[in-house]
Amino acid sequence: MMGGLGWNLIRGWTLLVYVFMFLPVAVVVLLSFNASQFGSFPMTGFSFRWFIELTQNDAILRAFRTSIILGLLTALISTTLGVLASLALVRYRVPGANVISTLLIAPILVPEVVLAVALLLFLNFLSINKSFALLLAGHVIFTLPFVILVVQARLVSIKRDVEEAALSLGANPVQTFFQITLPLMLPAVLAGALFAFTISFDDITGTLFWKPGGVETVPTQIFAMLRNSISPEINALGTVMIVMTVGLPLLGAAIARQMARKSGT
Amino acid sequence: MSSVHLNNIVKRFGNFTAVHPTDLTIPEGDFVTLLGPSGCGKTTNLRMIAGLLDPTEGEILIGGRRMNDVPIHKRNLGIVFQNYALFPHKTVAENVGFGLRYRDVPKSEVPGRVQAALDLVQLPDVGSRYPKALSGGQQQRIALARAIVIEPEVLLLDEPLSALDANLREDMRVELKRIQHQIGVTTVFVTHDQSEALAMSDRIVVMSAGRVEQVGTPEEVYNTPASTFVANFLGASNILPARCIGRDPDKIRLQVPQFGVVPVPGERAPGVGEGAAKLVLRAEKLTLLGDGADATGLITAQATVETVDYQGQTVRYFVRLGDTPLQAINMIDTRPFAAGSTVTIGFRPQDCAALQGE
Repeated sequence: MMGGLGWNLIRGWTLLVYVFMFLPVAVVVLLSFNASQFGSFPMTGFSFRWFIELTQNDAILRAFRTSIILGLLTALISTTLGVLASLALVRYRVPGANVISTLLIAPILVPEVVLAVALLLFLNFLSINKSFALLLAGHVIFTLPFVILVVQARLVSIKRDVEEAALSLGANPVQTFFQITLPLMLPAVLAGALFAFTISFDDITGTLFWKPGGVETVPTQIFAMLRNSISPEINALGTVMIVMTVGLPLLGAAIARQMARKSGT
Repeated sequence: MSSVHLNNIVKRFGNFTAVHPTDLTIPEGDFVTLLGPSGCGKTTNLRMIAGLLDPTEGEILIGGRRMNDVPIHKRNLGIVFQNYALFPHKTVAENVGFGLRYRDVPKSEVPGRVQAALDLVQLPDVGSRYPKALSGGQQQRIALARAIVIEPEVLLLDEPLSALDANLREDMRVELKRIQHQIGVTTVFVTHDQSEALAMSDRIVVMSAGRVEQVGTPEEVYNTPASTFVANFLGASNILPARCIGRDPDKIRLQVPQFGVVPVPGERAPGVGEGAAKLVLRAEKLTLLGDGADATGLITAQATVETVDYQGQTVRYFVRLGDTPLQAINMIDTRPFAAGSTVTIGFRPQDCAALQGE
């Protein structure tokens, strides 16, 4: 076949690139089940030992709890604000809508380090101390664009006349929102919330700048542990992180697809 | 059901005036069509009646009550949209029953009323399906059922047939008229399609550039157009400059250069005085006569056939009479005249109308 060799080379090369990218991740997952004290090959046996040790490590558990709470609050606040902002920008005439839209999206265009330092300097200028609330505010700022982009795209595709039909049938604007608009944009709202949660959950750059002393999230905890030693516990923790940050969006996508199939949109 | 009054309604968008001062009365139980080309203000008027737009000036009365400050969800109107606007995440029965949830209808009565509405639109068995499982025509019937199940004071139809294909559109036209007749609801219908307007309406409001050109029964606007615009928008018309040279009790005499004196029935020339006038000769009323055809009572002239547009049952001729291009739409049962041939054209003077000239 003409070009057969060329195509095979390209296939092979692509495969190698992926192997290079994902092999380290695979190694982490694999070694997390290693029975040995030392995180290296050859593996000495299969064991859940390091996962069990995770559950007995107070610092990690505390970090885990912090991350989950932070992620859930970020998702909740970001999604609420994002839905309201999208509604305002898409459904109403807002003076300066373009500027507002750009400002809301800007945090994903600015390097995270710059954003992190800027927020810190700003709070320093206002003489406000670092706190969990500040950390939360930071996470909301840079997850909000994802929610807005996803929800806005969906909202644009919901025709205004469907809402007008509901109004004409006697539903007031609030009832129309909860009966018609929200159910129709729910897949996007859930996707936005999942984005916000996972981004918040595995963020490290901003978190390092904003977290108050003594508060650790899972990523900053791993980072701190790495500075001391490479414990096999870190592999186990990494595996848990991977399962959460990859698994959640996949689960979310599956649910969204299911909902879309049912409602026929 | 109720009457609708627009009192001196004006709608401006910035500097653009979409609706110039308009007075309009839609009597109780009537089927009234707002007819005009896109951008003429017909949809703007409908949306103001619906409460989807606020008038800049003037008053809207429904059933004698001032509606300007009443929000749409308290007006009790049924609206059918061009693109159906069904709720895609609700079943057909939930769609139809939606409006009943916001009214004092006992829960036990809802299924019965939904079923009655589905029966009325002749889709009794689709209640459990989702809208996407239905064809366009079926979806529009469901949209109609949803709008009438709430027993609205006024039914507003915003080009409800234009998204359907041609055959379906004619069926739905008959169907819509039947249902409206059966429930007797005051109906405002917006369309740009003159044949829909003529076929369905009790009264037609012809609009152009934000102004009402004429209000009348289909026969009135068709036979006695009040302006050149109306004459041209409802079917094809030949409009010839003329002079009114005399007014008899029942007819006026027009001097038309191409045809000589044409006596036009007085009732079809309202307000035409002596002096400049226009003769309105509908393309359907201008006949091409074959050899030996009976020309008694016709005003005739010799013309040349320029273009023949064959449409099956009918044929549309573009002919030239001296320097004047004319259109004729004739029924044919044999072969059409050939382009280039010289023929006799004729019309009955009582089929003409007259307009005031400039």
